[in-house]
Amino acid sequence: MQKFTTVTGVAVPFRRSSVDTDQIIPAVFLKRVTKTGYDDALFANWRTDPEFILNQPIYSQPKILIAGPNFGTGSSREHAVWALRDFGFDVVLSPKFADIFRGNAGKQGLLTGLISEADCEKLWDALDAQPGVEMTVDLVEKTATLGELTVSFDVDDYTRWRLLEGLDDIGLTLRDEAAITEFEGRRPAWLPTTIPARHA
Amino acid sequence: MAGTTHAPRTLAQKVWDDHLVVRGEDGNPDLIYIDLHLVHEVTSPQAFDGLRQAGRPVRRLDLTIATEDHNTPTLNIDKRIADETSRIQIETLRANAEEFGLRLHSLGDIEQGIVHVVGPQLGLTMPGITVVCGDSHTSTHGAFGAMAMGIGTSEVEHVLATQTLSLKPFKTMAINVEGTLRPGVTAKDIILAVIAKIGANGGQGYVLEYRGSAIRALSMEGRMTICNMSIEAGARAGMVAPDETTFAYLKGRPHAPEGANWDAAVEYWRTLVTDDGATFDAEVFLDANELEPFVTWGTNPGQGSSLSAVVPSPDDYSDPNERVAVERALEYMDLVPGTRLKEVEVDAVFMGSCTNSRIEDLRQFASIVRGKKKADGVRVMVVPGSMRVRLEAEAEGLDKVFEEFGAEWRFAGCSMCLGMNPDQLAPGERCASTSNRNFEGRQGKGGRTHLVSPLVAAATAIRGKLSSPSDLTVED
Repeated sequence: MQKFTTVTGVAVPFRRSSVDTDQIIPAVFLKRVTKTGYDDALFANWRTDPEFILNQPIYSQPKILIAGPNFGTGSSREHAVWALRDFGFDVVLSPKFADIFRGNAGKQGLLTGLISEADCEKLWDALDAQPGVEMTVDLVEKTATLGELTVSFDVDDYTRWRLLEGLDDIGLTLRDEAAITEFEGRRPAWLPTTIPARHA
Repeated sequence: MAGTTHAPRTLAQKVWDDHLVVRGEDGNPDLIYIDLHLVHEVTSPQAFDGLRQAGRPVRRLDLTIATEDHNTPTLNIDKRIADETSRIQIETLRANAEEFGLRLHSLGDIEQGIVHVVGPQLGLTMPGITVVCGDSHTSTHGAFGAMAMGIGTSEVEHVLATQTLSLKPFKTMAINVEGTLRPGVTAKDIILAVIAKIGANGGQGYVLEYRGSAIRALSMEGRMTICNMSIEAGARAGMVAPDETTFAYLKGRPHAPEGANWDAAVEYWRTLVTDDGATFDAEVFLDANELEPFVTWGTNPGQGSSLSAVVPSPDDYSDPNERVAVERALEYMDLVPGTRLKEVEVDAVFMGSCTNSRIEDLRQFASIVRGKKKADGVRVMVVPGSMRVRLEAEAEGLDKVFEEFGAEWRFAGCSMCLGMNPDQLAPGERCASTSNRNFEGRQGKGGRTHLVSPLVAAATAIRGKLSSPSDLTVED
């Protein structure tokens, strides 16, 4: 996972609340066998509408999503995070996230920053006034800056540390690799091995 | 492992302690070593994709083995798989096995079959080891005294990369089954009765240990049937302490230890019992002498009763949530309260799945249907759990018994247990099934499932109604 410090890019004022994971990625896309390539699946049902915000040319390469409260409710599918990442998003800011979605996001390098409802409205208004403008999200300072406007966001210390260090679950475990190797050296010889294959 | 003194411990605690790589501090999970990782085509693609993205190899190819089972057809196995999703999942596993160097038993291979049948049959599943697989029925392997758990795709990737899992300790529950089973009553009836007693969520957060004289008397196949369905009680795992039955099953299997290694292994395996004085977080008691053949009437594995009973009424339940659940289940199952379960007619009988598709299961089914004809209009499918089981059955002539009976004799796989391949029920069809889940639509959209033992499945196939062998008359 990449180390996350600051992100600067186009921010999308996503004036919708209670966006569930079935909307983020419909179930029909769950049959795929990859962990990437879900950019076409993101908000697939909404994207059939030419007026949908992500169909606007200025939002073709966004990095930051400013969403209404209760983002990511419903099904636990990890695909929701993959789809947001594949579309190019590094950050979602919202006044409230569903727990499972937020947990999945933290493990996959997608920052979910908690902002107040008042700041959410301020960011939306500022972005509507200057569509397509870039903003900067700083994980060290826990701030989001758009021109003169700076708001702070919240993220738990553990997730912040993992993102700053670029550690996924596996990366975290591999910090204990010496202990794993040491354990392997103690395993008895009679334990099963699959290779070389033996047959009856 | 040796030389340390401990307070009395349960079997589960011993296996856990012997796999502790790093103890989690401050309520953090423990890092546990995984001895055996079983892989199949459904839950592995994104895990391999994750490794590829991060440039990580599989840490221990020699502790990993893959088979194709969930999507594999059980007819025309030499033809191209028609369903695109199924074909892509299988082709993806083959490509990943090739790329990462994994041992894979593909469709058509002599060792191919349901992952939970193949592991034990190869002698890879042993007492005291930790086993994981991206499949909830991994609990099967607990029959050997292993700690065996189903995991999700992210965890599959984690085990492939690190051979460990971060796990919080579980609670333990003893399931004591004392007494002697009556003729016609089997391991499947024990576990269905256990689940009906504690409920489909009754085991949540626990590792179950099945104990008592009735469990000790079971074969390894019977113990696997019981541990397999631990997950249907919501448990994380189920275990049986290893004993002479376990050692005899393992001895001489392809991957079982040999010579001095065998002796060292058995010496350790004999220590894998719950110590006198160890305490469980919960205990359940079941009288084996009183058990009858069991059957589910509802849409979760806890909704079952003795086959001699009648369909219950929602009014029998005081809990309002349960009453609604029963009402809904009976509506889906198209059953009327008060109907004798033995009067319920079926359209299909499925003999197979990781619960009941081993050679002993097929022998039990054959012992009842030998020389008989199936009921008119009932479709009977017999699906062995592995190609080895298929060959063994054919060597004993069981395939002829099934064919003369009017059953379809198929190739190995998960088949109609979950209908990911073409083996499915049609909407409204009712099936007596030796599998493990009777959820709505599990065996095909609109299909209705009654979970039963191989003996009940056989008697039902003969009479066309839910039946036990004791219901068969001379005319049958």
